[in-house]
Amino acid sequence: MRGRFGAGIVRWAAVLVTGCSPLVPEAPSDDAVLDGTLPGLTGVQVARHLAGDREFSRTFGAAEGLGPIFVAPACASCHVGDGKGHPVFNLTRFGRALAGGFDPMRTHGGPQVQNRAVLNYLAEVVPASATGVAVFTAPAVSGLGFLEAVSDSTLIALADPFDADGDGISGRLQLLEPSDFLAEVERLDLLFDVEASRPVPVDGKYIGRFGKKGSAINLLHQTVTAYQQDMGLTTDLLPEDPVNPAVGPFAGDDAPDPEVPSSVVANVVFYLKTLKVPPRRNGDDPAVKLGGALFAQIGCAKCHLPALTTGPSPIKDLDRKTFHPYTDLLLHDMGPELDDRYTEGRATTSEWRTAPLWGLGLAEAAQGGRIFLLHDGRARSIREAIEHHGGEAATSRAAFRGLAPDRQELILAYLRSL
Amino acid sequence: MKTGVVVLLVAVATPALAQDTTLVQGGIYQRPYLVGNSRTAVGGYLEGNTNWFVTDGLSDGLSMELRRFNIFFYSAVGRRLRFTSELEFEHGTEEIALETALLDYTISPHLVVRGGILLPPIGAFNVNHDGPRYDVIERPLVSTEVLPATLSEVGLGIHGRFGRRATVFSYDAYLTNGLTDGVVNNGSGRTRLADGKTEDRFAEDNNGSPAVSVRLAAQSRNWGEIGWSIYTGAFNRYRVDGVVVDSKRSLTMMAVDLTTAVGGIEVRGEVATVSLDLPEALRESSGDRQWGGYLDVVAPVWRPRIRGLDRPEVSLVGRIERVDFNVGRFSSTDLPRGDEIDAVTVGVSFRPVPGTVFRANYRNTWTRDLQGNPRVRAAGWQLGIATYF
Repeated sequence: MRGRFGAGIVRWAAVLVTGCSPLVPEAPSDDAVLDGTLPGLTGVQVARHLAGDREFSRTFGAAEGLGPIFVAPACASCHVGDGKGHPVFNLTRFGRALAGGFDPMRTHGGPQVQNRAVLNYLAEVVPASATGVAVFTAPAVSGLGFLEAVSDSTLIALADPFDADGDGISGRLQLLEPSDFLAEVERLDLLFDVEASRPVPVDGKYIGRFGKKGSAINLLHQTVTAYQQDMGLTTDLLPEDPVNPAVGPFAGDDAPDPEVPSSVVANVVFYLKTLKVPPRRNGDDPAVKLGGALFAQIGCAKCHLPALTTGPSPIKDLDRKTFHPYTDLLLHDMGPELDDRYTEGRATTSEWRTAPLWGLGLAEAAQGGRIFLLHDGRARSIREAIEHHGGEAATSRAAFRGLAPDRQELILAYLRSL
Repeated sequence: MKTGVVVLLVAVATPALAQDTTLVQGGIYQRPYLVGNSRTAVGGYLEGNTNWFVTDGLSDGLSMELRRFNIFFYSAVGRRLRFTSELEFEHGTEEIALETALLDYTISPHLVVRGGILLPPIGAFNVNHDGPRYDVIERPLVSTEVLPATLSEVGLGIHGRFGRRATVFSYDAYLTNGLTDGVVNNGSGRTRLADGKTEDRFAEDNNGSPAVSVRLAAQSRNWGEIGWSIYTGAFNRYRVDGVVVDSKRSLTMMAVDLTTAVGGIEVRGEVATVSLDLPEALRESSGDRQWGGYLDVVAPVWRPRIRGLDRPEVSLVGRIERVDFNVGRFSSTDLPRGDEIDAVTVGVSFRPVPGTVFRANYRNTWTRDLQGNPRVRAAGWQLGIATYF
């Protein structure tokens, strides 16, 4: 009797505490989250992935080298759950148009504002002389290993800078001027390639594929740049702290450099390379399928390519695989609607690298229950994002507007399934 | 008594029988000490537990930790002079700290002068936090994650009490070196006062502006004790070698604590707020206002007769708690900032003797990140012991 009473108390308490949920939380379904490993990794690879995951989530303090100026204290601040970023950690970049081209205003702390600073230091602001200012909302990082594994030759084949096929779409390669830094970044990356499928320099320049303007050539480049520009952390490749020009040169922090050892950088890059593909939901739903057909029919899929194929890769899951990122990794003119008068590399101020749409349906789970789309998070819904598409996308936008509301909803349902 | 060593129970902490009548102010003396034939007494407590938790379906499995092994020294230095200290070993020898080392000079019960390494009385828990006094294994989140318990600092001040036996009013007022720049831009990614407890604060004040802490309390035999406390002071190193190099930035903590009993059920809780003067750019991302609270309920349900044990008691235990590390809304979205934790713990405790407790807890926490994404739940079981010696 006493035992049954005790068991009843325990059951009652469990219900009270958990709200009728299981006693311990169950894993979310695989298609509900962006984080996770490639399915075919070995135990050793999973261990390295998890080591990188810990570093990706690690929050840096001033004592560990954060700053002295920075935007966020951790990779995961901007990429919560490997998803898209929240406006609180948006990046702001600036520059000015000169007769000879676009000036990233490095002597003024450009091209990126570090809008936060450790105590007893001075955060940056956009200088008044800047003529172009762009805000960047962090992208999701799932599946980046696949995007990196697409060979340069594939991108060269996709590019159509003069719209030779006459479809109104003229994707251009982002090309970055050669430098010792890029040469070293590429050399390190190629140390582990089984086959030199990349790079294929164009006019001696590097093909960029990561970032809103495609200004990073690979994940190592993206990672060390983010450590330095977003978090104020030095690495062997970028050993200088960002400083506020208003404070003066050499006025960095007191932490010994590099603040992030190469072993940590390597683990984080491996982590990014081996994140799973953003999962789809409801892909077999007839309505979603119909929405996909409409998506292609109105021309969206010309830039948001539904399928790409990787080149050779030492990681089995990335080796010559076809995947579905909904991007062509090329620059496209998006018209005055998205022209912030700011740019990077050879992109014009209205050109943006096609944003991958995979993971779009899981954006709000990382952005605080709302969605903030396009490069700066200005669009608060998928429909609003479509409405901001101009330039090369204007024809598709017009076609979308011309659809009956129920047909538009099919496309939106399709996009939410990605 | 005259020869050799005997055990003397100076006072019994948390006597599990209904209400804890230990005054928060005098709590550091209300511990069992092993007394030798000299004027110095030695005692301490041990606290350890197992952990088995699951988050999002994943668990690191079962692990065990020895949280604390603390040694007390007490000495009646003179008729009006008392010395007490506490040496803390956390997780074996992973962290060793001199938590308390103070001297009290009693001018009268109304006025006692105190100096040394002391516990600023911000909330009751910061003063009375010995593991054996609590029936829940985890310390309250508000005490460790909002307030910086255990906060011990070098300082001096006065305390005293007034009133008849039925109702006692007490006060504490201290000047201490205060917290340091680590309260922000730390490895926690948020404002966390506990990260401002750098070791060098025992050597000097980082800015030459001491912090002030005050606690006022009333205790009644009928309804227990209620206390109000405040701690305020500059935390950043705005002055270097006498030269002012930055704006002076201050923080303020306030807390209300309550210990009472309702129908034989012990109830204990605390609510605290923190506000800081942060650079504008850090306010949203780190948090310049925080608050939290907890409520413990301990209900004795069985007093078995067990040969050789003094007053054994079994209790049902519950705690609800909430902390919000970043109060306010995002300027960019006008949506509420997240960064909050809710937790509920239920369990059973068994006190074979006063001052020793076996604890079994089932704990759930729900954590929401700064961005306000869906809460992540963790749940698990803990078994633990805590005992004075």
